[in-house]
Amino acid sequence: MAEKILLKGNEAIAISAIRNGVDGFFGYPITPQSEVMETLMKEKPWETTGMVVLQAESEVASINMVYGGACCGKKVMTSSSSPGISLMSEGISYIAGAELPCVVVDVMRGGPGLGTIQPSQSDYSQSVKGGGHGDYHCIVIAPASAQDMYDFVDWGFELAFKYRNPVIILADGIIGQLMEKVEIHPVKPRRTDAEILAVAPWATTGKPAGRERNIITSLSLEANTQEAFNRKLLAKYDAIRENEVKFSEYLTEDAEYIFVAFGCSSRICEAATDMLREEGIRAGVLRPITLYPFPEKEIARLASKVKSMMSIELNLGQMVEDVRLAVNGRCPVGFYGRQGGNVYTPEEIADAFRKFNNLK
Amino acid sequence: MKEEIIIAGFGGQGVLSMGKILAYSAIMQDLEVTWMPSYGPEMRGGTANVCVIVSDRKISSPIITRYDTAVILNQQSLDKFEQNVKPGGLLVYDPSGITRVPERKDITVCSIDAIEVAAELGNSKVYNMAVLGAYLKMRPFLNMENVVKGLEKSIPARYADMIQKNREAIEKGMEKVKIISESAL
Amino acid sequence: MESTDIKRPENIVYRKPALITDTTMHYCPGCSHGTVHKLIAEVIDEMGIQDRTVGISPVGCSVFAYNYIDIDWQEAAHGRAPALATAVKRLCPDKFVFTYQGDGDLASIGAAEIIHACSRGENIVVIFINNGIYGMTGGQMAPTTLLGMKTSTTPYGRDAKLNGFPLKITEMLAELDGTAFITRQAVHTPAAVRKAKNAIRKGFEYSSRNIGLSFIEIVSTCNSGWKLSPVEANRWMVENMFAKYPLGDIKDVLKEDAGK
Repeated sequence: MAEKILLKGNEAIAISAIRNGVDGFFGYPITPQSEVMETLMKEKPWETTGMVVLQAESEVASINMVYGGACCGKKVMTSSSSPGISLMSEGISYIAGAELPCVVVDVMRGGPGLGTIQPSQSDYSQSVKGGGHGDYHCIVIAPASAQDMYDFVDWGFELAFKYRNPVIILADGIIGQLMEKVEIHPVKPRRTDAEILAVAPWATTGKPAGRERNIITSLSLEANTQEAFNRKLLAKYDAIRENEVKFSEYLTEDAEYIFVAFGCSSRICEAATDMLREEGIRAGVLRPITLYPFPEKEIARLASKVKSMMSIELNLGQMVEDVRLAVNGRCPVGFYGRQGGNVYTPEEIADAFRKFNNLK
Repeated sequence: MKEEIIIAGFGGQGVLSMGKILAYSAIMQDLEVTWMPSYGPEMRGGTANVCVIVSDRKISSPIITRYDTAVILNQQSLDKFEQNVKPGGLLVYDPSGITRVPERKDITVCSIDAIEVAAELGNSKVYNMAVLGAYLKMRPFLNMENVVKGLEKSIPARYADMIQKNREAIEKGMEKVKIISESAL
Repeated sequence: MESTDIKRPENIVYRKPALITDTTMHYCPGCSHGTVHKLIAEVIDEMGIQDRTVGISPVGCSVFAYNYIDIDWQEAAHGRAPALATAVKRLCPDKFVFTYQGDGDLASIGAAEIIHACSRGENIVVIFINNGIYGMTGGQMAPTTLLGMKTSTTPYGRDAKLNGFPLKITEMLAELDGTAFITRQAVHTPAAVRKAKNAIRKGFEYSSRNIGLSFIEIVSTCNSGWKLSPVEANRWMVENMFAKYPLGDIKDVLKEDAGK
């Protein structure tokens, strides 16, 4: 029986982790996501599901705790905001290099540097293109509501274990702080040791007689071995690009103009679209739900039939580069963004749209 | 229906929890809601505000700059938000928090002496519920039954005795709200 | 005596520990790592905990420790082994979890991780190899390099004004409430080897009693980095390293309790 409760996006992450049988959360306080660990500590899941929750000494330590837990085949996660994610980048690279599943939540704030604690989407490139060192990709999924925050934890772990790859839930200060109605499901138990063995025979939890020892490492000093591993990763990323693209569309069917926006921006674009439609301008919104893999085929399809596209982002223009690659000259591509923690209003987006398209 | 509200005042006046109880009550009535606080440095003291949207349809942008209703509990908030109330909209204020009265003639202006209500009930914590009562009197889109459910959901079980107190404050607020001027529209 | 006589079971006086793999070790002749690996393998075997033991290897010369002891291993990022071990032990509390770290890994880049693992009283074992130098990267200064000691980044000898002082991290960690057993050992003589093995065994035993972290420092040689023969290196260690890093138990909460 589903229950409907009022939750902040950050709280929804925590409640979802408990209810989806997550084994461990390791975190470090940073605004605007501190409610994730605060909620977990208040809920005390170690007394109910047996979930481990630990406040680490730094983001560096928390991601490496995630690494250690993931090595054991456990469902482990962490949560942070932009500067903390920079500190975690080394660990994320190791986890990608060791082909381990985990979920990392980034509730983005403005940067660079210490920046601002206000909302931003300026970690798009960091998350989607790499962030840490070496040739790797994280699967990046972008929630746009408190319900998404709740649902994406389970989906994130499903993808993480399916591909043995880190998954980033790329949220922002608005989605983290926004309270909405969230439908929650009954608590699912954590995996038993036998179930872990079935999904993660590679896990390092002690070598029984009769199997080879399991070693989890991302080190190979021999060039050909490393290259073969890099090619194996590429094949995995190809499969992810083929199978896991997810997006949603708002009034794109008859649209002559398309906004491309993710997370909170997609909702503000929907409101801008409603305003433009009232003026008789047929606008629509394409919301990439997976940022990696990026919905390039759908963008290319729409680009062939519309007059223009605009990428709307709370940054200086990061996703617009991927939109342009996908559009590949089929239609003009514009950009409008706000930075520093400022958030555009629907009216502002509609104005930017008219300006770009020389309407009025 | 769709109602876009800003509640603004000092930290400690219960601005955020008033918004939360309003939002929870709306959920109990099967409506859609968003509750978006300002969470800048001001949350550590100083002014606090929260935008609540209640709608019978899915809500797109949680970011709004023009409001159907502004609930104003201090002077800074009056200065900041009075002009952003939509024509024909509503402004509810607490006269003890402000030094000049609202000037708009194209909106309905009401006042609620919530400090008096809280004093009558002998509990300063129910201040914000008196304000909520005043608002709900002017915008009666929620059944009292659902407001009580919203209170039950928002208040931890160990403070169950506060539910009745809050309910009384809401009802008193409904009684005591004063219409200062009707919208000229 | 024929060679076949030597191989007869009744004539065998020493054998390779069952949990040491057949992989050829990459360590330099005279290096202490091989001996310490052997002791860990023997302790795990003798305690019968191979199926419940998880090792965390560091970045440094012993990065490949996972190739030599026949147990499940995780290879950590530089300095982060105590963070991995923390999660493993908390998520799998019935396992024996140990980290194996050098002085650069533990006392320099991983200082925060080891201090906080100790402070939290994680029920893990830490084996700390202190040879006062970065071996793997070619002999640079470590936090534990002695004053006056020449390395590739202190070519004129470590100077306190320029490079700071040697870090006695083991004594620091003994001050933390979360540590149960802290000892400093060496493996340069058969007697020292026996003592070191007893200390390692005690660490593993303590870790299953949930009384806090056990930390076993092994003062070691790096004859390649020190540019000395193995015999000279041992002598140099006794004369110089032991003066700064004296051997013996520093903390044992069970003994302290017994004395009360």
